[in-house]
Amino acid sequence: MLPERMINLLILGLLLAVPLVALAMDEPFIITLATKAAVLAVAGVGLNLALGQGGLVSFGHAAYFGVGGYAMGILASHAQSYTPLMEAPFLIEGTKSMLVIWLVAIVASALVALLVGALSLRTSGVYFIMVTLAFGQMLYYFAISWPAYGGEDGLSIYVRNGFPGLNTLDPIQFFGLCFAVLLIVLFVVNLLNKSPFGLALNGAHQNEERARTVGINVYRLRLTAFVISGAITGLAGALFADLNRFVSPTMFSWQTSGEIMVFIILGGVARLCGPVAGAAVYILLEHVLGGLSEYWHIYLGAILLFVVLFAKGGLVGGLSRREVHHAG
Amino acid sequence: MSLLSLNGITASYGASQALFGVDLSVAEGEVVALMGRNGMGKSTTIKVICRLLQNTQGEVQFAGQNLAGMPAHRAAKLGLGLVPEGRRCFTNLTVRENLHASARPGAWDFARVHGLFPRLEERGDQLAGSLSGGEQQMLAIGRALMTNPRLLILDEATEGLAPVVRQEIWAAIARLKGDAGLSILVVDKTISELRRIADRVVILERGKSVWTGGMDDLSGPVKDQYLGV
Repeated sequence: MLPERMINLLILGLLLAVPLVALAMDEPFIITLATKAAVLAVAGVGLNLALGQGGLVSFGHAAYFGVGGYAMGILASHAQSYTPLMEAPFLIEGTKSMLVIWLVAIVASALVALLVGALSLRTSGVYFIMVTLAFGQMLYYFAISWPAYGGEDGLSIYVRNGFPGLNTLDPIQFFGLCFAVLLIVLFVVNLLNKSPFGLALNGAHQNEERARTVGINVYRLRLTAFVISGAITGLAGALFADLNRFVSPTMFSWQTSGEIMVFIILGGVARLCGPVAGAAVYILLEHVLGGLSEYWHIYLGAILLFVVLFAKGGLVGGLSRREVHHAG
Repeated sequence: MSLLSLNGITASYGASQALFGVDLSVAEGEVVALMGRNGMGKSTTIKVICRLLQNTQGEVQFAGQNLAGMPAHRAAKLGLGLVPEGRRCFTNLTVRENLHASARPGAWDFARVHGLFPRLEERGDQLAGSLSGGEQQMLAIGRALMTNPRLLILDEATEGLAPVVRQEIWAAIARLKGDAGLSILVVDKTISELRRIADRVVILERGKSVWTGGMDDLSGPVKDQYLGV
């Protein structure tokens, strides 16, 4: 058994080492896989704040992932075609600046999370799961029926958006950018988890009544966590869209919500680097098992079953000596 | 003027009525014992005071405010500090995190809580779930104190603890009364200990307050009739 901090450093070290080795071996595809893992890890870390710390089993986090993705797609497509998003009552133009896109993605997904959270947090248990799922699916069908931005076919962006001082089309530079974003998100979430806000969120997860009697407004606390969680997942969506230079309604689908949840369960619920380990292993399995059989999800299901039954704290929990409270 | 007053409180769990008229008051700096046999409505009365259960009739006043319709977290912020039955610590947080999670500005801080229960300082980095029953009870009291309450409510604070630990808890409660001058509403069955700290007793019988008086007035017939001891 190792201290969780050491396991976290090991996970992040491995995620950093793989693309560097791939660079030395001139394997850009592996760098792209590592970038995908880093981006999906950001989404997982976002959901883990709500699910792991707060016990909010959201089955609609693809909504924020998709909003972030479409924020990128819409802004970049307008910049690409030199047409403004809107002219009246004021002019809004598209942009190819990642920083602006990230800001828009964060704000837009936070606003959607605020709306969804304000309504869904009035329910609990299976009703909460169903309400969050319903919102995700509403956005999915909306995206399908929105021909201005590709409808069912999605939207392609020909050139990756720009970041000051970087050539984002260079795989290793784009990986470095995504990895830096992941580190910043982990740092912020770790600070939140250890703050009175995070402790209260964890406490309310364990015993809501007890939390209320020490003066914690549980609804407001959970809503705040839900919005932050949605905003982080939205940022991941923008990065994912830039990685693929493509957005489609699939980003909103319940399968995407399920995948983000799988990263957490695989890596460890309420573990800081659990989603990072989960996303990395998922991408690895997708690549290795996907090469063996198109039915690789069956093997993934068996592995997931094994983790849930025999390593309740996921990969990180199995290696760590510290126990944490698990969702649900 | 009373810090807390309950007048004609009735309350129900769905269709099942649990309280049929509870009158109770606690003045500033006073320690009141709420007594009665099992199932007589003591814990339900505590729930009504803390707004975990809304009363159907009557009025709950605390610090000059009517608590009608007020959610539990707002009542707690007014200065109601509850140490619930069964302790109910946040078991997967450390001792320090438990105290930190409920801390509000005021006279009670880490140093003062550690002064009352030095063991909480020693066990600061330990998960609350791994503490002994007595230590968890100390933590539950410490956590309630960290909210800087004007009224501390102790619901069966010493139940199920070893005699030596019970003595430690009672000594701490006596210090809260003596040194801190805190108002306390205590639910317990240990008459000998309550006699040392309580100024008044309120007895509940079948969801109704039926007797109130000083600890010294708690005579044999009253005990026989209402407490079964």
